[in-house]
Amino acid sequence: MTDLRDDALPDSNDAYGLAPDDRAPDDRVGDVGGRVDGVADDGVRDDRVRDDGVRDDLAPDGDARRMSTAPAEVDASAAIGIGVLGWLRWAWRTLTSMRTALVLLFLLALASVPGSIFPQRGTNPIAVTQYIADDPSRGRFMDRLGLFDVFASPWFAAIYLLLFVSLAGCVLPRSLAHWRIVRSRPPAAPRHLTRLPEHRTLSSDATPQQVLDDAAEWLRKNRWRVDTERYDGARAGAVAAEKGYARETGNLVFHVALLVLLAAVGLGSLGGFRGTVILREGSSFANTRAQFDSFNPGKVFDDSSLPPFSFTLKKFTADYQRGGQQDGAAREFSADITLTRTPGAAPESQRVEVNEPLVVDGVKVFLVGHGYAPSITVKNPAGEVVFRDSVVFLPQDGNFSSTGVVKVPDSTPQLGLKGFFLPTAAVDDVRGPHSTFPAADDPAVFLSLWSGDLGLDNGRPQSVYKLDTTAMTRLGLEALRPGETWTLPDGLGTATFDGYLEWASFSVAHDPGKELALLASVVAITGLALSLLVRRRRVWVRVSNDGAGVTVVEIAGLTRSEHTTVTDEVDELTRHLAGRATSAATTPPGA
Amino acid sequence: MDVNVTLATYSNYLVYGAIAAYSIAMVGFALSLAAMRGRDLAPAVVAETADGAGSVAVATKPVTTLGGPDDGALPPGRRAGNIAMSLMWVGTLLLGGGVLLRGLSVGRVPWGNMYEFSISAALGVAVAFLVMSLRRDVRWLGIFVVIPVLFTLGSAITFLYTDAAQLVPALKSYWLVIHVLAAIVCAGAFCVGASVTVLFLVADAGERRALAGRPYRLDWLARRLPESYKLDATAYRIHAFMFPLWTFAVVAGAIWAENAWGRYWGWDPKETWAFITWVAYAAYLHARATAGWKGRKAAVIGLVAFGCFLFNYFGVNILLTGLHSYGGV
Ligand code: HEM
Repeated sequence: MTDLRDDALPDSNDAYGLAPDDRAPDDRVGDVGGRVDGVADDGVRDDRVRDDGVRDDLAPDGDARRMSTAPAEVDASAAIGIGVLGWLRWAWRTLTSMRTALVLLFLLALASVPGSIFPQRGTNPIAVTQYIADDPSRGRFMDRLGLFDVFASPWFAAIYLLLFVSLAGCVLPRSLAHWRIVRSRPPAAPRHLTRLPEHRTLSSDATPQQVLDDAAEWLRKNRWRVDTERYDGARAGAVAAEKGYARETGNLVFHVALLVLLAAVGLGSLGGFRGTVILREGSSFANTRAQFDSFNPGKVFDDSSLPPFSFTLKKFTADYQRGGQQDGAAREFSADITLTRTPGAAPESQRVEVNEPLVVDGVKVFLVGHGYAPSITVKNPAGEVVFRDSVVFLPQDGNFSSTGVVKVPDSTPQLGLKGFFLPTAAVDDVRGPHSTFPAADDPAVFLSLWSGDLGLDNGRPQSVYKLDTTAMTRLGLEALRPGETWTLPDGLGTATFDGYLEWASFSVAHDPGKELALLASVVAITGLALSLLVRRRRVWVRVSNDGAGVTVVEIAGLTRSEHTTVTDEVDELTRHLAGRATSAATTPPGA
Repeated sequence: MDVNVTLATYSNYLVYGAIAAYSIAMVGFALSLAAMRGRDLAPAVVAETADGAGSVAVATKPVTTLGGPDDGALPPGRRAGNIAMSLMWVGTLLLGGGVLLRGLSVGRVPWGNMYEFSISAALGVAVAFLVMSLRRDVRWLGIFVVIPVLFTLGSAITFLYTDAAQLVPALKSYWLVIHVLAAIVCAGAFCVGASVTVLFLVADAGERRALAGRPYRLDWLARRLPESYKLDATAYRIHAFMFPLWTFAVVAGAIWAENAWGRYWGWDPKETWAFITWVAYAAYLHARATAGWKGRKAAVIGLVAFGCFLFNYFGVNILLTGLHSYGGV
């Protein structure tokens, strides 16, 4: 039994072809009388969700005006004296109320603010360490409050979990209510149609039943859901119609999609992984945990799900703006690699660029950074090579002044070099040695020599970018151009700056929740658009006989108050009904 | 691809031209507002309460406050308003040309730095206003739109100006184009929405005080505005229309981030403030459906949300650093 049976009818008005009496009798005619009485009593029908006085625009005809399943406002005093169960029910209703949702939304926004002001471990761990080091007691206190991990902190989680519990607790009952409403009939006409803001009156020479059938026909054709009460000769008959259920449906879909989105985010952070690796030109990476420089798996991530690909960085290319206000700004990065999809497979040439990640078996490889790796050779006094490698230096500024260290454990005494690499070297009195352009136009390296104990043997892990100088002494400093050799002080041998390689850093990541997150977002936007753009509206037509053979027709419409009208539709319907009558008198709109 | 300096220079001239046109339009709007016969504030409130807390009233009929006594031979105030509207169109065409030439000069969409964002956003505001003006008489709103437009353009050519140049690699993505386009449209409409919301608060305060018989400092302004319920409905409609688009803008940004950095959401300051803005606008819409929060309180939330939007642009780009800091702020 559906009321939407006329969806397929053409929209034109001349589709009207049925004489009123030919129409199939409404299958609900039998209970019309009772319902009319019911309406006359209080305007509320039993098969619809009762309203608890939520909306402040509710008149006595409450049900006819209610067009949202929004939860009722909670009366704070309602729980007094109903015992534990009562309190629980009160607490649940408070949690799932609109007002609580609003407060929690506020809190969520507010709680995010510190996450943008203080450095966060997730995005900038070095800055966090620095921040704490600058003022340790305050820093540690802030750390305990979770201010450097806002989005993983318990209080942030508390807010969004409460919000989503509230959301679930609100949306599920609303969905059930809406489901029932969608399947039930439009609410019966309020007793006083002329009290509604949008109403017209019309007298017609058609019979009351003809007018009703005519109105129902027109409404159905225009895709309204229609419910009719046959004119029984004695009392008035009425047609009730409603349209725009998609508003509420869209709203519910939107809220449910938010729940799904949260689940998708959770899925991604539990089952995904993210790792970074730095590769110099010519070196290779195989996709196993040990080969990453850093690796962050989700809690239920399983190493065996890492696809077994490997790749070699053949060449990294960077291009920069030359001249002008943005001199030195990056314009183009690309990394040419040879990819082996599975062990033994034929290697293939690929290019990874910013915004154009490589995808292998659902895992994405992103180009995220780059820098220089000066090639250094150290020989001992006997002229034997004790160190030869290109060492990754980390960029310190936009012009790629880079720092790094060379550790030479195989010489006696052990040697360490602290280096400063400048792709386009310049020296001035104020800034000392610095780089003036990010490309390697005129590279130079500044090395300072330390000798003593590198501290590699005490079992503590050491950073490859730092020299532990507690047991070392500084012996000298030298600036080298490519190909130049420094004869080390104290006859310790030589150090040669052979040139440089470029390195690129890659981020390898898999997020199993991201497709679901995208889907949820698309559904959420669709639901939102429906919810905010569709108008929910109702119209009623009531006919009565004035006793002198003239049919009095009352037409009225109602809509969600916010921002819409049914004026046009009420006018159209009025015009249609007036046009059907051979003689009709219409009162002016709004009279 | 090289920068075409000639086109970039012409683009600047067009932007200056637009500023000139908007400045005169501002004067015109001011004159037309001053010449308007204000309405009586108190009866509007009576009618409103009779409707049941003002929420049943409907407001799609064109705002007619500018009509009435002004009909017939055009009085100076009305003519000033008409000239101002025409100049809005002229200024917007010039500005549109300026944005277009800026893009052509670098062979890409003109959204690579704050100067370009600012002139595009100003264009967005002006277009949003002109679109509204097609459907109704919004001359009363003109001055409150043209002032933020001039502010944006003024700050753009003074301290945000950047020579035309190519993009940093992270910004080369068509998702970025979509993301920024949506954000610019939102910026324009949210700005107009915020202006209307402020005016709602003024009209609302004026009506309340008139009813209570108390004086109001902005009475002269409140009397020249449409009824507060109409302003409220207009503001709501703008926000309701834009919120799905803003949601889309955030999602498009997330897709871009996924492509550039391998995660769709990383709580970078820009992302964090986009989230805060989104939640704030959601709170505004929510408040409008929450008993006890409709009207003024909801309006204030809407303004806070716009504040967050502005902060995400000026504050985050200039004060906070993150992955999103663009070349050449
Ligand atoms: C994640 C948190 C939430 C967000 C982002 C959110 C967002 C929104 C938005 C943007 C709207 C406007 C759509 C419209 O007016 O039709 C809305 C409406 C609504 N929300 Fe939420 N909401 C959230 C949580 C909740 C919760 C917890 C509840 C339950 C108390 C709730 C109940 C409602 C209701 C009933 C409406 C429709 C009001 C009406 O009839 O106009 N929402 N929500």
